[in-house]
Amino acid sequence: MKSLTQTLQDKGNFIGFTVVGDPDFDHTVEYVVDMAQAGADVVELGIAFSDPSADGPTILSADQRALDNGSTTAKVFETVAKIRQKTDVPLVFLTYTNIVFKHGYEKFLAQMQAFDVQGIILPDLPLEEQGEFLALAKQYERDLIQLVTSQSGDRLPAILKNASGFVYVVSSLGITGTRQKLSNEANQLIEQIRQYSNISVAVGFGISQVEQARQFPAANAIIVGSAIVDIIAQHPHDAGPYLTEFIIKMKEAQNA
Amino acid sequence: MTNDQRYFGQYGGQFIPELLMPAVNEVAEAFHHYRQDPDFQSELKDLLINYANRPSLLYHAKNMSKDLGGAQIYLKREDLNHTGAHKINNVLGQALIAKKMGKTRLIAETGAGQHGVATATAAALFDMECEIFMGKEDTDRQALNVYRMELLGAKVNAVTTGTQVLKDAVNATFQDWTQRIDDTFYVLGSAVGPYPFPEMVKYFQSVISEEARQQFLDQTGRLPDAVLACVGGGSNAIGSFANFVDDPEVQLIGVEAAGKGVDTDQTAATMARGSIGIFHGMKSEFLQSSDGQIDPVYSISAGLDYPGIGPEHAYLRDIDRAQYVPATDDEAVEAFEYIAKQEGIIAAIESSHALAYAMKLAPTMRPDQQIMVTLSGRGDKDVAAIARYKGVDLHE
Repeated sequence: MKSLTQTLQDKGNFIGFTVVGDPDFDHTVEYVVDMAQAGADVVELGIAFSDPSADGPTILSADQRALDNGSTTAKVFETVAKIRQKTDVPLVFLTYTNIVFKHGYEKFLAQMQAFDVQGIILPDLPLEEQGEFLALAKQYERDLIQLVTSQSGDRLPAILKNASGFVYVVSSLGITGTRQKLSNEANQLIEQIRQYSNISVAVGFGISQVEQARQFPAANAIIVGSAIVDIIAQHPHDAGPYLTEFIIKMKEAQNA
Repeated sequence: MTNDQRYFGQYGGQFIPELLMPAVNEVAEAFHHYRQDPDFQSELKDLLINYANRPSLLYHAKNMSKDLGGAQIYLKREDLNHTGAHKINNVLGQALIAKKMGKTRLIAETGAGQHGVATATAAALFDMECEIFMGKEDTDRQALNVYRMELLGAKVNAVTTGTQVLKDAVNATFQDWTQRIDDTFYVLGSAVGPYPFPEMVKYFQSVISEEARQQFLDQTGRLPDAVLACVGGGSNAIGSFANFVDDPEVQLIGVEAAGKGVDTDQTAATMARGSIGIFHGMKSEFLQSSDGQIDPVYSISAGLDYPGIGPEHAYLRDIDRAQYVPATDDEAVEAFEYIAKQEGIIAAIESSHALAYAMKLAPTMRPDQQIMVTLSGRGDKDVAAIARYKGVDLHE
């Protein structure tokens, strides 16, 4: 299995997001396989939370659907096991700190290792609170993905010191969700990161269109969440072809 | 982490998105600067005295005391403050910091509407823009306060996500802040959230116990035996406790909303039923599933209808300095009616939870002992809802 760093070494990579259990657990397995076959280089799996504070209405609704379907941490790992029978695409989790905290940081990381989930994004675990989790993540050789925003400023060197796997550059202020227009701010952030580190950079938040896929040529990857969740919401039981078409189109734009 | 000023024992911290960390740290820096600044202190003092009507009275409720036949009950009358609740103490402090930081827009969550009204009031006074986030269910049950905020010039957003109550209003306010950071200050209304908010809210609400301590010494020659306050997030309670924490002879009791009972799923009794978790920027006690999903909660009181509690309360309980007890909807409504008839005071349904426990506690104590109950707000806002609860059909 390649590490996230190796996977995302070159430019033009695509990271697709889906919430585990939306529309149901079997379809999650199917859609992760479809996304990997369509060219997704990494798949980000959302573990539903009742109050996803960094997420907009699209992902909030998906989380709610997954919870209505009985999403639990145990059920998520069960689903990951099924995914692993079918694809070795690198996986990262996205969830909120309470989910991991209640499961137990160490137990959670041990299971990530056992099921080969390489990294985790915890939007509500900033630099100041990472100590305990990060030490354990290193022990279990898992990546705690660091987020960098236009507000980070002089926090950047400290954030990069904690970084492994890749760095998640937040393209714009606010919460997740598709946006008609995105500023080029992320490109400046990538330049700033490059002054300190050669770590791979993925840009996310608001990316849904081919023009936006072309907008961040310096990034190693783009992360697309809400647009994929929207496709699954529109075609809950037969999203496969639509996901494939979308990912191929986006990757072509990235690599044009 | 015991030496970390952001923590109370194991509780507290700053569990918020990286996007907001610089803004929150900027607030912390400003708070520590201005709390030492004599000009800020005299401006705030002037506002508290001449605008908010402080000090609030410490009133000996003789009728209740006699009728209950035990300890003497004293009411700390935060209901007599301008805007009718303790919320103004904190809002004036935070809004003044915001103004000095050069912020031009205040945002706030509100449950019962009292904190929203106080924030809208400060925004009007300081000529600032104001937006309030309130759960859709609460805009319905506290419609009068919605109109009051609008009269004061605030925009009120009804939050339709999640359970549509206080918890969701807090989520929405944090989300608004991530979209507009530069000119905006989040005036958090309870002793919850990421550091420095629990510390800052306590600091501004401590005026309650600072006054009360002196008033007890002046009026009775000694300290109270017990201090009671209702607890949702816990701002009036932490303000009521703060200046008595170092007096071990003063019992500190927080009263939380049991809703239809702590053994039902219609409750907001975090201390009775919760467990440690991480939510709304803090590590504290929360009502949640074993898997970490935040529970929907219920109380007749929109102000106590919250699945968590401020981190310092969790700490005070752990070190056995304060205790937390539940009061049900029924008990609170009974206390609401009781104090109206006994003392001629219509108390907020939130505060009525504290009164309900005082009614149980007083008869177990001697007449030479004394209890302070913080009357955190007035109950005019609750009259219509209580009438409905009692099955009375009101027409205005």
